[in-house]
Amino acid sequence: MRQSFWPVVTVVGLLLVIWYAAAVWLNSDWTYDKATRSGETVTATSLVADTWAQKKPKLPAPHQVAAEIWETTVLKNITSKRSLVYHSWVTLSATLLGFGLGTVLGTLLAVGIVFNRTMDMSVMPWVIASQTIPILAIAPMIIVVLNAVGISGLLPKAMISMYLSFFPVVVGMVKGLRSPDQMQLDQMRTWHASASQTFWRLRLPASMPYFFTSLKIAMAASLVGAIVGELPTGAVAGLGARLLAGSYYGQTIQIWSALIMAAALAAALVGMIGLVQRVTLKRMGMAQ
Amino acid sequence: MTSAPVISAKNLSLTFETNDGPVHALKDVSLDIEKGDFVSFIGPSGCGKTTFLRCMADLEQPTDGIITVNGVSAAEARRARAYGYVFQAAGLYPWRTIGGNIRLPLEIMGYSKADQAERIARVLELVELSGFEKKFPWQLSGGMQQRASIARALAFDADILLMDEPFGALDEIVRDHLNEQLLRLWARTEKTIAFVTHSIPEAVYLSTKIVVMSPRPGRITDVIESPLPRERPLEIRETPEFLEIAHRVREGLRAGHGDV
Repeated sequence: MRQSFWPVVTVVGLLLVIWYAAAVWLNSDWTYDKATRSGETVTATSLVADTWAQKKPKLPAPHQVAAEIWETTVLKNITSKRSLVYHSWVTLSATLLGFGLGTVLGTLLAVGIVFNRTMDMSVMPWVIASQTIPILAIAPMIIVVLNAVGISGLLPKAMISMYLSFFPVVVGMVKGLRSPDQMQLDQMRTWHASASQTFWRLRLPASMPYFFTSLKIAMAASLVGAIVGELPTGAVAGLGARLLAGSYYGQTIQIWSALIMAAALAAALVGMIGLVQRVTLKRMGMAQ
Repeated sequence: MTSAPVISAKNLSLTFETNDGPVHALKDVSLDIEKGDFVSFIGPSGCGKTTFLRCMADLEQPTDGIITVNGVSAAEARRARAYGYVFQAAGLYPWRTIGGNIRLPLEIMGYSKADQAERIARVLELVELSGFEKKFPWQLSGGMQQRASIARALAFDADILLMDEPFGALDEIVRDHLNEQLLRLWARTEKTIAFVTHSIPEAVYLSTKIVVMSPRPGRITDVIESPLPRERPLEIRETPEFLEIAHRVREGLRAGHGDV
C-alpha cells in the first residue's frame, strides 16, 4: 500500500489536470458565443471561470461532478427519487442477483462440461456463441419477452447481468477443474477414489484461484449488464436510467456523476471479491 | 521362500499405438516378487521400468500376458487398496497441511477419525517428520515433502509399496539420507517394495533383488539376487561385494543397450 501511494496520487493528479484543461477547451465555444452576444470581452480568467461553471457543459469540471455527487448522495434522503444512493441500490440489487445467478449457472455448466463428454462437445460452442451477440441487441428482447410472460422489475435486469456474468465463470471453472495434472489423478486412482471424492477433494479446491479470478470479471460484467438492462426499457430508476435521463435533457453533470458512481461501485465490488479471495486462499494455505 | 509371490508377471507385454507406429514398452516380461522383497528396477529411459510399475498398480493395462498382485488381478488389487504408490514428485496438495495430506487417502478409504489421527502420528514418526503435521507443504524442503508423500503411502494398510523414482529430483546428499531412512523403514514395516530408479548405487544399496531392463522393446536382461545383508550401513558401498554387484549391473545395462 505504502509504495503505491505516490504513484497513484501522481496519476490521479495528472488525470485531473488533463480533465480541467479539456473542460476549458471543450466548453470555450459556449463561453465565446455568450460573450459575443452580450458584447463582453473574454479574458483568460473569465474564460476559465466560465468554462468550469457552466450549467450544461460539454464536459463538466471535476468539482462540478463532485458537488453533484455530494448533493445527490449525502444531502438527499436516500429514499428520494433524486438520490444517487437510491439509484445505485436499484442497479446494485440487479447486479448482485444477476451475479449470483451467473455464478451458479456458470459453475454448474463447468462441472457438466468437465464430467460429461457430450456436454464438453456440445455446450462450449454455444457458450462462446452467446457472447458474440451484442448485449445491446439482446437486452431489449429479454426485457420484452419476460414482460410478455408477466415478469418485470428486478428479474429481467438480473437475467441480462447473468447473461454476461456466467461466461467468465464457465471458462475459468472449466480451466480450474481441469487444472489437476495426470499424476494427481493417477494418485486418486491408486486409492480407488470415487469420482465425487476426486471432485470434492481435488478438482474443486484446485480450481479456487481460477474461481476468484473469474468472479472478479463476472462482477464487473454483471454491473455493465444491469446498467445496459436499464437503458432500453426507459426504466425510471437505476444508474442506467440516470444516464438515459441525463442524455435526454443534456444534463452532462448528471451523466458524469452516474458514471463515476458506477465506476466506484464496480471498484468496491471487485475489491470485496479480492478481499474474500485473499482471506480464503490464505486460510487454504494457497497464498504464501 | 515357499509362499506364493506377492507380485507375479508372466509374459507381460504392452504396446502403445502411436502415430509413428507401435511402441513396445514391454515385451514378454516375466518376474516374481516375493513377500518382504526390496526389488529395484533399473535401466535407461524407455526400458519400460515405470510402465511395468504402472501395470502392477493398474494404472496401465498390459496388451498381453498376466499380472497378479496378492494372487488377484492388478485391477482387483487396486480396488482392494493393496499398495501405496509414491510418484516422482511429492504431489502434496498445497491447500492441505502435511497431516491433512496424509489424512487424504484415509478419508477416501473411510477410516474413523480416531484411527486417522493415530495413523498420521505413527507414519510421521516413521519418516521422522513428527512436529510438522500442521505445516503446509511449501514450508518444507523438497526432501521433507517427499518423505511426507512416503508417509502418505504408508498410512493405510497396504503391504506393498510401489515407488517410481521417488528421489530422482533430489540432490545426492539428501538422497543418501533418504535411502538410509527407507531401509530402516522397510525393516520396521516389513513391506514388499518395488522401486524404480536410474541410479546404480541406489539400486544396489537398497535392493534384495535388482532387475536390469533395456529398451526397444522394453525387457528384462538380468535379475541379480543381492548377497548383501539386510542390515546395511552407508559404508557398505565401499566394500568389494557392493562394487562387484554394481559392476554386474553396469555390465547388464551395457549389454542391453547395444551400441549406445
